[in-house]
Amino acid sequence: MEKYLANLLMCAGTGCVATGTPKVVAALKAELEKHGLSDEIKVVLTGCNGFCAEGPVMLVYPEEIFYQKLTVEEIPKLVEEHFLKGRPYEKLMFKDIEKKHAIPVMNDIPFFKYQVLRVLRNKGMIDPESLEEYIARDGYMAAAQAVNEMTPEDIIKVMKDSGLRGRGGAGFPTGLKWEFASKSQADQKYMLCNGDEGDPGAFMDRSVMEADPHSVIEGMIIGARAIGASKGVIYVRAEYPLAVERLQMAIDICLESGLLGENILGSDFSFDLEIYLGAGAFVCGEETALMRSIEGQRGMPRPRPPFPAHKGLWDKPSVLNNVESLAQVAPIILNGAEWYRTLGTEKSPGSKVFALTGDIRNVGLVEVPMGIPLKTIIYDIGGGIAKKKKKFKAVQLGGPSGGCIPEELINIPVTYEDITRTGAIVGSGGMVVMDEDTCMVSTSKFFLEFTADESCGKCTPCRVGTRVMLDMLTDITEGRGREGDIETLQDLSKDIIATSLCGLGQTAPNPVLTTIRYFRHEYESHIRDHWCQAGICSDLCSFHILDDKCKGCGLCLRGCPSNAVVGEKKKPHRIIQELCLQCRSCYDACKFGAIEIKPSLKKEPEPALKDEGVTQ
Amino acid sequence: MAKLTIADLKKIKEKQHATFALREGGYRAKVTVHMGTCGIAAGARDIMSVLMDEISQAGVEDVITTTSGCAGFCAREPMATVEILDNPPVKYGDLTADKIREIFKEHVIGGKPIEKYALVVGSETTY
Repeated sequence: MEKYLANLLMCAGTGCVATGTPKVVAALKAELEKHGLSDEIKVVLTGCNGFCAEGPVMLVYPEEIFYQKLTVEEIPKLVEEHFLKGRPYEKLMFKDIEKKHAIPVMNDIPFFKYQVLRVLRNKGMIDPESLEEYIARDGYMAAAQAVNEMTPEDIIKVMKDSGLRGRGGAGFPTGLKWEFASKSQADQKYMLCNGDEGDPGAFMDRSVMEADPHSVIEGMIIGARAIGASKGVIYVRAEYPLAVERLQMAIDICLESGLLGENILGSDFSFDLEIYLGAGAFVCGEETALMRSIEGQRGMPRPRPPFPAHKGLWDKPSVLNNVESLAQVAPIILNGAEWYRTLGTEKSPGSKVFALTGDIRNVGLVEVPMGIPLKTIIYDIGGGIAKKKKKFKAVQLGGPSGGCIPEELINIPVTYEDITRTGAIVGSGGMVVMDEDTCMVSTSKFFLEFTADESCGKCTPCRVGTRVMLDMLTDITEGRGREGDIETLQDLSKDIIATSLCGLGQTAPNPVLTTIRYFRHEYESHIRDHWCQAGICSDLCSFHILDDKCKGCGLCLRGCPSNAVVGEKKKPHRIIQELCLQCRSCYDACKFGAIEIKPSLKKEPEPALKDEGVTQ
Repeated sequence: MAKLTIADLKKIKEKQHATFALREGGYRAKVTVHMGTCGIAAGARDIMSVLMDEISQAGVEDVITTTSGCAGFCAREPMATVEILDNPPVKYGDLTADKIREIFKEHVIGGKPIEKYALVVGSETTY
């Protein structure tokens, strides 16, 4: 039996790999070898730990010491201190921001303390490439039950009772979806997994596929058993290479060991699974478009009904579940519906994974019980706004289909119902935090650019409407906005929502509608005063130095790319407006808040760039 | 790899138990070998190696070993602290390979502290 003194769980998620895991691991292994510790200390590469902001991160068991921002240079010292002398190395620990002291143990760090791990139960705990390690954490026990002891009806009942709602965005009850497909009669059915995560700023599904590929496969086996499918496809976008690699590795080992293929675990149930690579079109996250894409056709949605539960892939009954939904299936089967409902609310039970990004201190992946106040996620887990002196402005939920929630509503509980009431959606779980330096008009323009680009073109209101809205928003941000634009945007939004076939068009105007609802004054100030108060729209602002606050430190002067700042040392500086490009570099450089943003000084707005069209 | 059965799943889980006890915290006994400069100089690394061998040979899965710094009693190094769940920790000093083997068998496995080797029972009060 191999016995280790310690296990070092090194995060090898995409984030940490990018910040240096491979080099650090090589250095770590060499250093352990040098001190003759290789037989006593095991280094394991895990999936995403979640605390991406502090990467590369490593967890030391049994003490559960959390190390962050590891570098090759620090490894010799770390090994000497912690593993040779047994003194956890404080320099690489997480530091409490206010009190400046180190927090050694992972679960004492607020980022981890408020989380509950169900979907991410194995994150940073197992080697995602090892079937044995997955089995050690009760892996495939639920599948064993499902194929041997449970009837499809039993499985569907547990899933329905658990109240699990589809985590892809729409929140449709998973058990119900399975029941519909189960009742459809056909010679062939399909169990599909949606790994086509496309929202800007969202990386929940990628992390699950990378950190725990077997949990997705197990969920699919159980689902397939419930609906009577003998074939399955995992649809993943090709730009997730690590997820694809680990899923493929997991499928291969499962086929070899009889967890997939003929007669799974000795039962009479058989299920084949393959991966289909998507090219990354946003619309292919829509179920009917995704199925067309697998069939080799252009990814375009079609009207429903017929629903996929009756006519899906290759016109056969199919169920499509999101990665995160599938990863929760095994623990629900093992522990029961009641257990699942111990977290969350009546209508939104369980837990949800969110990808925290934007102007927040602790960028990363978090799993929280449904119903937790938005504030707890942003301030306690997220650590608040990244820049010290900046204030929170809004949080964007649900990506291009979602909306912005302002500070007044930050105490609302995170449930499907409460979030929908604000005009945003829970969506797949992207959470982009924005501080006071954000222009809400530009933000909604950004999301609309995305949806206008990604519109598949089938429905005119979506194809043309989003483009018209985008042109109007561009005009507003460049000083050509007119009275009545806001109302026209709202009218157009209503029409696009009402007349588009699929979720893309039906939700594309949400970012615009919510920003108008909560930040109407910003639109008005852009249109009427030619004033972008955040100083983002360069045509709608001018920068000025406040004499009484300027210390004459020269930071703005040195940072200015057009030499527009003049002034002597220790005396108030001045900006020559004729030279100023409105690049904001002085505003960002000033430590004393001495730069003021005022309306644009330009008399006439620049004419819009005419689209010349495509020429031969 | 041969086709798995449900019994195989359970076997694999059992086999992995030792590793995961370490990560999940489900252990019964913890042995801390003090490894300050003094401890290392006095041979604490050998004590640790012997201990690891013993655990491995005995095939027990609910015992974890860890290192810590100088216990403050440098004259009596190498030292080790044995903590059995729900019992006060016992510190042993002047260890040798034979002594730690005996301590492992009697105390860690058997649950009976060896008084003649023990320095103290309990921990210092910390303020």
